[in-house]
Amino acid sequence: MSTQTGYMSREPLLRVVKRAEKPTRQIMLLRAEALVFALVAGGVFILLIGYNPFEIYGTILSGAFRSKMAIQATVKVMIPLLISSLGVTLAFKMKFWNIGAEGQIIAGAICASYFALYHSSWNHVLLVTVMFLAGIVGGGLWGLIPALFRVKWGTNETLFTLMLNYIALHVVNFLRDGPWKDPGSQGFPKIARFDKNAALDKLLGVQIGWVVALALAALVLFYLRSTKHGYEISVVGESSDTARYAGMDVKKIVLRTMFLSGAVCGIAGMVQATGSDITLTNAVAGGVGFTAIIVAWLSRLNPVTIVIVSFLFSVLEKGSSVVQSSFGLSTDCADVLQAVILFFVLGCEFFIRYGFVVRKKGGAA
Amino acid sequence: MDLFIKFLVAAVGAGTPLLFGTVGEIISEKVGHLNLGVEGMMSIGACAGFMVGYFTDSFLLALVAAFVAAALSALIYAFLTVTLMANQNVTGLTLTIFGIGLSNFIGVYMLERSPNGTLKLPERITASMRSIHIPVLSDLPVIGELLFSYTPFVYLGVAVALLMGFYLFRTKTGLNVQAIGENPAAADAAGIEVSRWKYINIVLGGGICGIGGAYCSMIINGGVWISDNVGGLGWISVALVIFAAWKPQMAILGSFVFGALRILKYYMPKSIVDLPVAFYDMLPFLITALVLILSSVHASRGVNIPANLGNNYFREER
Repeated sequence: MSTQTGYMSREPLLRVVKRAEKPTRQIMLLRAEALVFALVAGGVFILLIGYNPFEIYGTILSGAFRSKMAIQATVKVMIPLLISSLGVTLAFKMKFWNIGAEGQIIAGAICASYFALYHSSWNHVLLVTVMFLAGIVGGGLWGLIPALFRVKWGTNETLFTLMLNYIALHVVNFLRDGPWKDPGSQGFPKIARFDKNAALDKLLGVQIGWVVALALAALVLFYLRSTKHGYEISVVGESSDTARYAGMDVKKIVLRTMFLSGAVCGIAGMVQATGSDITLTNAVAGGVGFTAIIVAWLSRLNPVTIVIVSFLFSVLEKGSSVVQSSFGLSTDCADVLQAVILFFVLGCEFFIRYGFVVRKKGGAA
Repeated sequence: MDLFIKFLVAAVGAGTPLLFGTVGEIISEKVGHLNLGVEGMMSIGACAGFMVGYFTDSFLLALVAAFVAAALSALIYAFLTVTLMANQNVTGLTLTIFGIGLSNFIGVYMLERSPNGTLKLPERITASMRSIHIPVLSDLPVIGELLFSYTPFVYLGVAVALLMGFYLFRTKTGLNVQAIGENPAAADAAGIEVSRWKYINIVLGGGICGIGGAYCSMIINGGVWISDNVGGLGWISVALVIFAAWKPQMAILGSFVFGALRILKYYMPKSIVDLPVAFYDMLPFLITALVLILSSVHASRGVNIPANLGNNYFREER
């Protein structure tokens, strides 16, 4: 307790001070450093479990690009990730913590799957259009629920959207075990494979979803940068009080944006179920909704950067599956590495705005 | 009647991991830090506890390992959010992804290298985790089963909850700690070392979550390692904090109620209510959502949410 008296009079050894925000080039450099540190940290871990980090990182890269098929697979991984990252970005720009992408992906996939299962004889173009709209409506409504409670009673959206993830997941299980169970599966609970007519077409060997994803990136970029809605979102994100003083209908903006955020995630679900899985499983989202949050945050909610980051993450994801088959290391290492990268980038954000000052000798201020 | 008692006993068991998670999170939220990494910290505790138990055959060492490993992971969160003032939501979520990933990764790594392709805790440690038999007390009819028939985890959980309740509400330190969550600037001005207590509480809370994780990996699946063994319990714990109104004592009741919800599907006689299994699995999440809504509707009646929850504290900006 002897330090108690001295506490107030002496400065701490390290003091945090605010600095002017660094120029963009320096910020980019800081982030690059963070990335390098993250890869080194990952490398040390790989070394600790007895492997050569260069060999593992090399396998990840070559695994993702080694053949035309590998590249196509990488792009296939990227499609739902890119789309849902764009989805959560809309909400995050508004500082609305939509952790529910996972559930919105599932909801979109469920709605689209209904048409794929029960109206597969429709004209192909009509069917795909309807499934696309169903994905939008399903994901959008699932995103709208927490927004409604948020604007009405201020219900915490972080936890609510999260609970909705699990509820959506168990809805799929319910459909799988009961109403939508494949009668031809000999008792094994699964949903039937969709009819060929209900499956999305391919372009350059990959399901058409990649075109949808890139188009959405352009659309979200335009929406956020150049429309009145986009402006309103950023004002609400800065301060909802400011928005209110400026005469904006904050409730309406929150509801609209969350519908759109969920809708975009719903498209991700539709595209994944009807383009890649060609059936509905409870793994249709499979953690993509959470990875999307990392991607969106790493990209500082910039749609162009999101395209790049989600591609790099897909390389990591695809490459790690090759690491699994050649070294017997689980693909979970991709998740770990992604998280470590974000840890370092989150840490480096501090140095953009703040700095440490070391106490001068003698402890005088 | 017999079935009902069995149901209650099972509910307590199923609620125990939630109890650790909830109490751990309360400790952290009391200093104003909403740590969404509970699921990840529990996963890390699950992995460390299981692996140390597997190799040392010591229940005590397994518990210590689970606590320390999860506390260390909480230290990452504390460093990023307290010292570097990173966004709490994003940091917590990243911790969850990190924890689950690392736990599964190590699990698969060990599985690949185990002689028969499975990992099962040795007999001695499973024996020491079995329900404690207290002479006379455990043999009492009904009461013996209801109160004295549990694994050590259950008693430890209740003890930790009571202890933390005492710490927060009955000691000077605890009241100081609560002041940090309410108004860090005022606490700082009053001479409370804000950053230090934030670190202590976040790390301690993480360690407690880790023991809950050890329950998931060591008890729930009968001592056999499976991936994703925490399976969303950490998230329910985060929500249970609201149900418990930020009081560790209330967390005891809350977790046992939610434990009951989790195992309801095995005990509900089909002749009375015949619902799909998926509905029962959904129930804890559904009820949590309802609790969230109800607590926000009644928010005006002064729920005990720390006023500065989720906001980082920068000393020179008050």
